[in-house]
Amino acid sequence: MNQQPLLEMASLEIHFGRGRGRVKAIEEVSFKLARGGAYGLIGESGCGKSSVLRAIAGLNDHYGGSILFDGRELSPRRDKHWFKRVQMVFQDPYASLHPRKTVAKVLREPLRIHRFKDEERRIDRVLDEVGLGAAFRYRYPHQLSGGQRQRVAIARALVIEPELLLLDEPTSALDVSVQAEILNLLVRLRAERGLTYLMVSHDLAVVTHLCERVGMMHAGRIVEELDEADVRAGHTREAYTRAFLAASAA
Amino acid sequence: MTEPSLLEIEDLKIGFPTPRGLHQVVRGVSLRIGREKVGIVGESGSGKSQTGRAVLKMTPKHARIEAKRMSFDGIDLHAASERQMRRIRGNRISMILQDPKFSLNPLIRVGTQVSEAYRLHHRINAAQARRRTLEMLESVRIRDPERVYRLFPHELSGGMGQRVMIAMMLISEPELIIADEPTSALDVTVRRQVMEVLGELVERRGAGLMLISHDLNLVAEYCDRVLVMYAGRIVEALPARELHQARHPYTRGLLESLPRLDRKRGLLPVLSRDPAWREAPSLPLEEIR
Repeated sequence: MNQQPLLEMASLEIHFGRGRGRVKAIEEVSFKLARGGAYGLIGESGCGKSSVLRAIAGLNDHYGGSILFDGRELSPRRDKHWFKRVQMVFQDPYASLHPRKTVAKVLREPLRIHRFKDEERRIDRVLDEVGLGAAFRYRYPHQLSGGQRQRVAIARALVIEPELLLLDEPTSALDVSVQAEILNLLVRLRAERGLTYLMVSHDLAVVTHLCERVGMMHAGRIVEELDEADVRAGHTREAYTRAFLAASAA
Repeated sequence: MTEPSLLEIEDLKIGFPTPRGLHQVVRGVSLRIGREKVGIVGESGSGKSQTGRAVLKMTPKHARIEAKRMSFDGIDLHAASERQMRRIRGNRISMILQDPKFSLNPLIRVGTQVSEAYRLHHRINAAQARRRTLEMLESVRIRDPERVYRLFPHELSGGMGQRVMIAMMLISEPELIIADEPTSALDVTVRRQVMEVLGELVERRGAGLMLISHDLNLVAEYCDRVLVMYAGRIVEALPARELHQARHPYTRGLLESLPRLDRKRGLLPVLSRDPAWREAPSLPLEEIR
């Protein structure tokens, strides 16, 4: 049993702006994510959950504190090797796919960058895995529904076989029936591939469906960490978490 | 109970011409709304928003609209001129949209915008309009109306922005309010407050509310009746408190596909769409009341 967490945040801090306009967006955020685990960051808009995810993804290299991946501290500028192991799925499948590239082309790009061989076989396989099938190879994004696009976005993240998937509100732009399909897909893929998930969402029911552990964020801090069972049972120490749980239960 | 309805729609059809023929998005909807809260739920593309827009005649110009009847308080909306519509919109029927960020003018102070909505339909001087606006801001539970009056939209939070929108839309005391996803852009923590403010004002004034939403639980909580739309038709109509005993497989499927907080669920049941749902006729008017 490997005890070392796959991802560890130690006192992460993020500031925006400079001089008198400097705002502390993230303060002392620390948490651990075990290999094969799923952790959800939850909170209202503006609480900093997406800022944390972006710092981990390497989309913002101005942060303080440290991020450890597989026991080693990451440099703020990520190298190619990192992106081979960590991939991200974005919220809006209408914005995250290139409108003039076919599905096959979108999937081929990361394979090229990371110098994979047998590209075509891998493309077919990943399309099967996300439930689309090879027939979707030659489709353009505008020929796909929202749910199908999100499947392509997930396929793009998975095609290079990463270990950690960063999920930024992966279902909030989708209808509930399609959301169910995507959540089922994420649950299945995690079991099949032994993936590790870090998810950001404002929807507590979605987060607890997918994650065993939840970090409640408020005003740039994690105010409380809860297990999935605690969330369901309403076991919480913090007043803010309680209010959030009550609002979500409605 | 034969209380006259505020809004009556019979067999509404809306279609958009495309190179491949007419694409029908609303396919024969009939409904009646009195002084009550009626929710219209459905997924994207079900035609719920287009139905709401058609009432205010805000459907895009190139669309084809047909209806056997579409009347508001005895006025034939279908035949109404643009001039007549201008006297109805924002005055007797108001519409609240999803995101206050896009529906408020970013360059005009909030108070000015709200009072303008009132002065457009009432002959009243600036000072009176201002007083009325402050009262209205207070009634949507804005604590310091004097201060908020002078703010610009970007200085408001989402929840406060939406309450300002409600103030603006309700200041002329409309009889019918159409709210299209009024809380979808808001955090769960402020959603309830906004819905309570809206529900309370609608009730206190005896107005009618058409709440358009994809969120079944929200609608069940705040409405009296629920109409479920699928593929441009109404497939089920039921009292809001009986939503969880819905019969139609589509409504059931929507309810069951939600992840839940109160208990752990394995795989979520995925809605399998029966082509017969599309073909079944929309519920007739008699069954909707």
